[in-house]
Amino acid sequence: MRKKLLFDSRHLDITLNRLSQQLIENHRDFENSVILGLQPRGTFLAELICKKLNQLTRKKIAFGLLDTTFHRDDFRRREVPAKASETRIDFVIEGKEVILIDDVLYTGRTVRAAMDAMLSFGRPQKVELLVLVDRKHTRDVPIEANYVGKYVDTLESQKVLVELEAQGFEQNKIWLVNKA
Amino acid sequence: MSKLSQRHLLGIKNITRQDIELILETAGNFKEVINRPIKKVPSLRDVTIANIFFENSTRTRLSFELAQKRLSADVINFAASSSSVKKGETLLDTVNNILAMKVDMIVMRHASVGAPHFLSKHIQANIVNAGDGTHEHPTQALLDAFSIQEKIGAVAGKKIALIGDILHSRVALSNIFALKKLGAQVMVCGPPTLLPRHIRSLGVEVELDVQNALQWCDVANVLRIQLERQQLKYFPSLREYTLYYGITKRMLDNLKKEIVLMHPGPINRGVELSSDAADSGHSIILDQVENGVAVRMAVLYLLAGAS
Repeated sequence: MRKKLLFDSRHLDITLNRLSQQLIENHRDFENSVILGLQPRGTFLAELICKKLNQLTRKKIAFGLLDTTFHRDDFRRREVPAKASETRIDFVIEGKEVILIDDVLYTGRTVRAAMDAMLSFGRPQKVELLVLVDRKHTRDVPIEANYVGKYVDTLESQKVLVELEAQGFEQNKIWLVNKA
Repeated sequence: MSKLSQRHLLGIKNITRQDIELILETAGNFKEVINRPIKKVPSLRDVTIANIFFENSTRTRLSFELAQKRLSADVINFAASSSSVKKGETLLDTVNNILAMKVDMIVMRHASVGAPHFLSKHIQANIVNAGDGTHEHPTQALLDAFSIQEKIGAVAGKKIALIGDILHSRVALSNIFALKKLGAQVMVCGPPTLLPRHIRSLGVEVELDVQNALQWCDVANVLRIQLERQQLKYFPSLREYTLYYGITKRMLDNLKKEIVLMHPGPINRGVELSSDAADSGHSIILDQVENGVAVRMAVLYLLAGAS
């Protein structure tokens, strides 16, 4: 399997700092903003960003987990139904500015499902999207991210592999690999 | 693996422990969904489900229908009492006519043992058994297991007593299969005439004294006396049954330990359970009903996704 390193630990840290600063630029004190990490893998990144924001702003920012499984549009079109994860949102979304966070933006269908799922909890004033890796020219639906760690040109035969310490890996590393 | 090993849910007997665990885990996710401000998800929006009830039901039918609606499925309901079954149409003909209208899943309750198993050999649609005679009632057993797990943390290693009319109870049989597969200890308790003769071969303990059963168990699942299925007299009188096997709040309080009281409904108040016991703090009877919707959503979701 051929692998190309997209982020190492240091590079990731710099990028997370930049993304956090950009969020602060737009959301100031996060008075009316909430963060939702998309299950299953966006939640690790969302937690990292939240931690950074806590350090930088010294504020506790509302943070939730959002599962998109039951809102996916590929149900009954794949061999095995997607496995559901926990949704944990213990605050009101109505009228808030929501920042959705996921690790990789590919077809955009997960984000579409996430927006659908999110609306079950109320009508936000504004929704933004933050992703670590944006795979260019691969979208199935017209969805773009507001904050991007890195734009990457990829082939359909490739995938982005995210290894974070929080997921039990030794070091934070993000790879572009060729599917077998 | 997030897929069931079966295309149908005919009984707990023919599914695996992994299947049960997957259903319970998915049900946990759906329980969160049905407690949201907006309780509906679009998963099954291109699925049509027929609820075919050849026997009366309130809870199960409403629970299935609500589960289907929460999943955005299209639902048609069919009650045998007001249909062409009365004119002599056979089961297979009835079902094939319903399927000709492009129905994807069948939820069926039937008074004959094995009716859904028979159907599964002849039709393509997924089948969920909502109770077949005195045989199995798999979704009830799953929701009972879910409720136990939710209340006391786990099923494995716990002591669970099924008390009452074991002979006529499909809930009892499905519960025994499910609880044994999940690693619980199971006891049945009732008058000897209402205990099947070879029940020990299922690996359960048998107790005739209800006081001993309550003393032994962590969870008491009390079953209804099914007078409508009893062609013979199995005990002298209801009054005598209540005297020996009826459970009261006082009996539960006197145990001086935590005990969970369950009942699949409908309750014969004052027969197998006194009113004060059914409404006491020990009881999780209404939690069972709430969990029923989540568990049925999980079953329908997983079966629809597997086809």
